[in-house]
Amino acid sequence: MSGFQLTVNGVVRRVDDALAGESLLYVLRERLGLPGAKNACEQGECGSCSVLLDGELVCACLELGAAAADCEVVTVEGLAPAASEPADGLLTDVQRAMVEAGGVQCGFCTPGFVVAIHQLLAREADPAPLQVREALAGNLCRCTGYGRIVDAIERVVVDRRVPLPANGRSEDSLS
Amino acid sequence: MTVLTPTRLDDALRALAEDPSTTILAGGTDLMVGVNAGARRPERVLSLRRVEELRSWRRDGDDLVIGAGTTYATLLHSELRELAPGLAQAARTVGSPQIRNTGTVGGNIGTASPAGDTLPVLAALDARVELVSASGRRTIALDHFLVGPKMTSLSPGELVAAVRIPVASGPQEYLKIGVRNAMVIAVASCALVVDPTRQRVTCALGSVGPVPIRDRRTEAWLSSQVDWRVGRVRSASVAERFGMHMASAARAIDDHRAPAGYRRHAVAVLARRAVERALT
Repeated sequence: MSGFQLTVNGVVRRVDDALAGESLLYVLRERLGLPGAKNACEQGECGSCSVLLDGELVCACLELGAAAADCEVVTVEGLAPAASEPADGLLTDVQRAMVEAGGVQCGFCTPGFVVAIHQLLAREADPAPLQVREALAGNLCRCTGYGRIVDAIERVVVDRRVPLPANGRSEDSLS
Repeated sequence: MTVLTPTRLDDALRALAEDPSTTILAGGTDLMVGVNAGARRPERVLSLRRVEELRSWRRDGDDLVIGAGTTYATLLHSELRELAPGLAQAARTVGSPQIRNTGTVGGNIGTASPAGDTLPVLAALDARVELVSASGRRTIALDHFLVGPKMTSLSPGELVAAVRIPVASGPQEYLKIGVRNAMVIAVASCALVVDPTRQRVTCALGSVGPVPIRDRRTEAWLSSQVDWRVGRVRSASVAERFGMHMASAARAIDDHRAPAGYRRHAVAVLARRAVERALT
């Protein structure tokens, strides 16, 4: 079949070698060199393949790649500050909080959670506990028991409320 | 496999008329599970994602006409939340945020699963389904469209275009029970719609029959037990008795998810709670 194009992390990408039945997840991982989204259940149940499609959180495994033509996709690789490669080690505040709070064990669910958490906090800066749980209901973790993932989110919510100046000290702590 | 991605409904219908065996792809939350597992290998797929006309909804007097491509997220987060609260509650129970952003009400209707979450609400609302093909449009009562488990009276070349329901005039409830709080198929479900303008309560059950189940005698009895001046049932025992009546109306089966007896018990509880929430 003829190829298609879609915008991924702000860059227009051409896909010519995909087979028509490939999911967006497969296209991202195997055709576009973006293995951040993970293929665990491929049924839309675990959320490890979560990406943003035209601004909405979806499971990439349930999207037919060719049907995502001309759409805008954001993957976990696209969340880090602009002008950085993942290898530079620059992390978003959510990623850093997940690491520091102990919300990452095997790491397989982590990219999906990171995308879902970014989307949650973009829509609601101070979500109530039930809102957090409902927003993450589509992301499963078999390692952490979720407690430290929730802790990580709380850290981010607090840190985003009080932005630190460049010297890392909050204004309240001037001595 | 060929994948077509039209942006206009007439192009979609023409493509479907060329080959009525074409597989329709709306949200994909059912179809893609089968494709990923290799169980479904459609030759030709018609994606409706970009057909804006199917993804919109409008108010038409006292009716809502909800496009088949309307996602569960839209049912839950747009003004439809107030205009169709029963559908919003049902949408909230479907899957996860990821599924809700993609799955559509037209897909729920077209798939016609006995457990489809919007179906009991639509049944209790006496919904009408608008079908469209290259040769025209027709409207059919949901009751006549859903003919069996995963069976509809859709003709070759037809698409579900929209579903028509009345704007809510009173409380609506949707209750569902399953093995977890999210990402789970209904083991039993119950939709209750209170219409003070007609002094009528309707109720439909899901997952306890091949299609949503109504019991019009029990509905009439419940409607007669409501003091319509205040929108509350006249006595404390009405809710529980309603639950028991609806449980007898259920045509539950034993399956790998639950035995029939549990489903009947669950219906009694859900129907009682629905009345307690809406009419006490």
